[in-house]
Amino acid sequence: MSQTSVSVPRCPPLLAVPLRAVPLAPLSASLTAFSRRIATSHPGLYRRLGDYANTPFVIDPTDLPLVILLHPGNGKPTITLTRRPVEGAARIAGPLAALLGLVHGGFDGDALFFSRDLVIEGDTSASLALRNAIDDAELDLSEELLNLTGPLAAPVHRALLLLERRTGLYLTRPEEAAW
Amino acid sequence: MVMEIVCPAGTPAALRAAVKAGAHTIYCGFADETNARNFPGLNFDRVEMRDSVAFAHQHGSKVLVAINTFPRAGDEAIWHRAVADAESCGADAVILADAGLLDYAARHHPNLRRHLSVQAAAANADMVNFYAETFGVKRVVLPRVLSVPEIAAINAETEVETEVFVFGGLCVMAEGRCSLSSYATGRSPNMNGVCSPASHVEYHDHNGVLDAQLGGYTIHRAQKGDAAPYPTLCKGCFSAGEKTDHLFEDPVSLNAEQLIPQLQKAGVTALKIEGRQRSRSYVTQVVRNFREAVDALEDGRPMPQGMLARLSEGQAMTTGAYKKTWR
Ligand code: SF4
Repeated sequence: MSQTSVSVPRCPPLLAVPLRAVPLAPLSASLTAFSRRIATSHPGLYRRLGDYANTPFVIDPTDLPLVILLHPGNGKPTITLTRRPVEGAARIAGPLAALLGLVHGGFDGDALFFSRDLVIEGDTSASLALRNAIDDAELDLSEELLNLTGPLAAPVHRALLLLERRTGLYLTRPEEAAW
Repeated sequence: MVMEIVCPAGTPAALRAAVKAGAHTIYCGFADETNARNFPGLNFDRVEMRDSVAFAHQHGSKVLVAINTFPRAGDEAIWHRAVADAESCGADAVILADAGLLDYAARHHPNLRRHLSVQAAAANADMVNFYAETFGVKRVVLPRVLSVPEIAAINAETEVETEVFVFGGLCVMAEGRCSLSSYATGRSPNMNGVCSPASHVEYHDHNGVLDAQLGGYTIHRAQKGDAAPYPTLCKGCFSAGEKTDHLFEDPVSLNAEQLIPQLQKAGVTALKIEGRQRSRSYVTQVVRNFREAVDALEDGRPMPQGMLARLSEGQAMTTGAYKKTWR
């Protein structure tokens, strides 16, 4: 038998600390609009969620001073950011890097769970359905964002790649996964 | 001839990742109870299957469709339809476990290649040859209870191709004959395609001490900093007599990477990776690793040392029954 551990970076305080003061309502509205665009461009994601397409999920980036409540809404999602404890059918908690790595296919969910970088509570089935649906969707959040930035796409892309290199956060889909 | 890497795919994206990573063959299943990995959010509908098979073929990989649960009396049509659909989707073979379904496939779909699933637990040459002679089975996936010399003994007495598991979750029983999951949850791999199903799993974190429960029973308790286990029943911690321990098996994964040369000498045709429930990141890493290993073996280069422990259950690995000393 042999053992090793996964190394997941922590979100730098420079990114995390300002979130303590940022007003969350406009940010929630923007993220809701963003997630609805993704829902439209990736209908398969909701098909895969199946019975859980209307299940509220609490996503808890443990190195950020906020929690994300995701209501998939049968393909019309709503995202609410909050600094107070919230209830959901399932809670998925871990460093922002782990959560973004899962979305972009950079990390394996089970490996993060075995190493306890990821904690799952509540309805395990719902969490698995969400993880599997997202893994199949081959999302690239940067690409989705760049679609909104028009003529600024090129500089924004460069800035995102720089941020990715500096922080170790998966902000794009890794090369090997994008095919 | 280079040994064939048979890789899992729970989603079309994982299948594409496997093809890209160099899998010779990918196995997958329909999104229903006909396949033994009937997990939420996984598997393929008919359109996805057709498109995925076409994609794999375009890139020189094969696709096997696992229809490896046991048809429920009165509902056999669901399984019959799955076999017909696998053929019309262009699958290179179906992986079947039930003798009735094998018979049906042999009579109604004679041109569709048939493999025997590990679920059928064919563990000696007589049984392997019986399936080959009776149902035209071309390949048998051997159960994970055999040692390397036992595998060699089977291959010495059969012309049928053999496929063995080399990596991933370890089912320690003669497959298809385990009732542990049925006992605790009412759902089993044989009938419902799920062992220790997620719908019955709950985790409770008490100040870093993690309780993993299945069907209300605490199967495992991980102390702070210890690797977290999935509460698979055979890998739980139980008390029997004076002893409290992992009585059946430790929460470990199989890794027989270093045994590949011996498995080749034992006459094995294909190496199977477990994990249709895993992500495309897992698929990419494991397939690359094993592809490199079989290519090195073929070219007479030394076997690369693996980097796969972190992907494993309990973050720990074993060579399983291949080198087993039973408790
Ligand atoms: S409980 Fe263990 S031995 Fe039984 S079917 Fe599940 S994985 Fe296999």
